[in-house]
Amino acid sequence: MQASSVEIRNVSKFYGPFQALRDVNLSIPPGKVTCLIGPSGSGKSTLLRCINFLEDYSAGEIRIDGRMIGYEAPGRRMRGRALREMRRSIGMVFQQFNLWPHMTARENVAEGLIRVRGLSRPDAAGRAADALAKVGLADKMDNHPSRLSGGQQQRVAIARAIAMEPRLMLFDEPTSALDPELVGEVLHVMKALAGEGMTMVVVTHEMGFASHVADQVAFMERGELVGVDTPGRILHQPEDPRIQGFLRTYHERNSF
Amino acid sequence: MDLLQTYGPALLRGFGVTVLCWALGTLFGMTLGLLIALMRHYGPRWLNWIIQVYIEVIRGTPFLVQLFVLYYGGPLIGLRLDAVPAGLLGLTLYGSPYFAEIFRSGFRAVAPGQIEAARAIGMSEPSIVRRILLPLSLVSALPALVNFSIILTKETVILSIITVPELMYQVSRMSAETFRFVEANLVLALFFWGLVETISRLGRRLETRITKHLLERT
Ligand SMILES: Nc1ncnc2c1ncn2[C@@H]1O[C@H](COP(=O)(O)OP(=O)(O)OP(=O)(O)O)[C@@H](O)[C@H]1O
Ligand SMILES: [Mg+2]
Repeated sequence: MQASSVEIRNVSKFYGPFQALRDVNLSIPPGKVTCLIGPSGSGKSTLLRCINFLEDYSAGEIRIDGRMIGYEAPGRRMRGRALREMRRSIGMVFQQFNLWPHMTARENVAEGLIRVRGLSRPDAAGRAADALAKVGLADKMDNHPSRLSGGQQQRVAIARAIAMEPRLMLFDEPTSALDPELVGEVLHVMKALAGEGMTMVVVTHEMGFASHVADQVAFMERGELVGVDTPGRILHQPEDPRIQGFLRTYHERNSF
Repeated sequence: MDLLQTYGPALLRGFGVTVLCWALGTLFGMTLGLLIALMRHYGPRWLNWIIQVYIEVIRGTPFLVQLFVLYYGGPLIGLRLDAVPAGLLGLTLYGSPYFAEIFRSGFRAVAPGQIEAARAIGMSEPSIVRRILLPLSLVSALPALVNFSIILTKETVILSIITVPELMYQVSRMSAETFRFVEANLVLALFFWGLVETISRLGRRLETRITKHLLERT
């Protein structure tokens, strides 16, 4: 697998008059895990969604392996086909799983292989089975999402993304909607994926994951990227008072 | 008894025409309604505006008036249609805005995340519509679709006015010729009751099939 790199340069984003991203700069090296942390409403999801252009950005540029996503040139939108082609190699996992409830786990995973990659049904079914086995769900393939636990649903969602053989994976708080006892199984799958050298951008409140798995941690506040460094320097010896404040709140909330 | 012998075949034929007009009118109206809903969903603003005018006009006028305009006014602009095609076109146009609104609220009931998940893996919009948006919006839209189809059965009787030989037309002829108003209208009521009952049964069965996997919870 060949891993992608992402360059985010001077990206700003407005929702009407409200500025959700302020001149964000961030380099995401290939094969590394980058965690995005920060308080609620700081723009983490917005930034993540700009990377695969689910959200457009108002200024600056985001390049994946050197190619700008969403725009042919500054101000000129990319055509749908080109955008879809770029998205094919970017997987995304959502907080709410977003599985398609009318399809079985296997059909969820096979759908993109059939419609986007043009695989035949049997080939797609085979690959879907492989991807599901990889996330430990070989025995749940024929279940509909309504008959899977949250952790299982999220693992299907991960399988759906990795079956497309992406070179970059985006995660938006993949464990936030899960009961505490189900968080581990999802993080486990993500760790394995990181171990294979996948480029990963993970928005998370799991400081343990950020601390142990991330190669770099970026902290955001009010649409601004305040700092990016190794997990040690951001999470254990932060210099910026805003990061210190955030971590203090985090520790207070998580100690009883 | 000989009343049935004399008028039975005509009544049956009339019923056949009614069912056919209803089925095709519903099918075409639903299709046009779906197209309208999709155009409003994806199309540019100016198109949306035109469609809104169309919807207002159709919903704001009685079906009877629309049929008259179509059948008797059509030839003035070179649209010369036989009674049955005119009736079908009328039913289609009449039903389309209602079906469009039903589809639209169905679309709105689909969680945006499920569409985003499809976009994120690079699915094209037509695939998304066919594979995700439509099936999921049917879940919430189906009862209303069935319901409006049932309402349309009753609108078919108006086609008799432009001489479509459907059930109402035959019943009117029978009562005019025999003065047996009660029997004639009893036949009408029975046939419609049967039709409506069948449609709602089919609708319910379809509903259970479609929502089966969405309601199960372990
Ligand atoms: N579609 C939208 N329209 C208007 N404002 C929006 C929209 N989406 C997000 N915002 C605003 O942009 C800001 C950043 O939102 P974002 O979802 O990126 O935050 P976040 O860091 O992911 O927060 P959380 O941890 O709660 O998920 C918030 O103030 C939010 O209210
Ligand atoms: Mg968020």
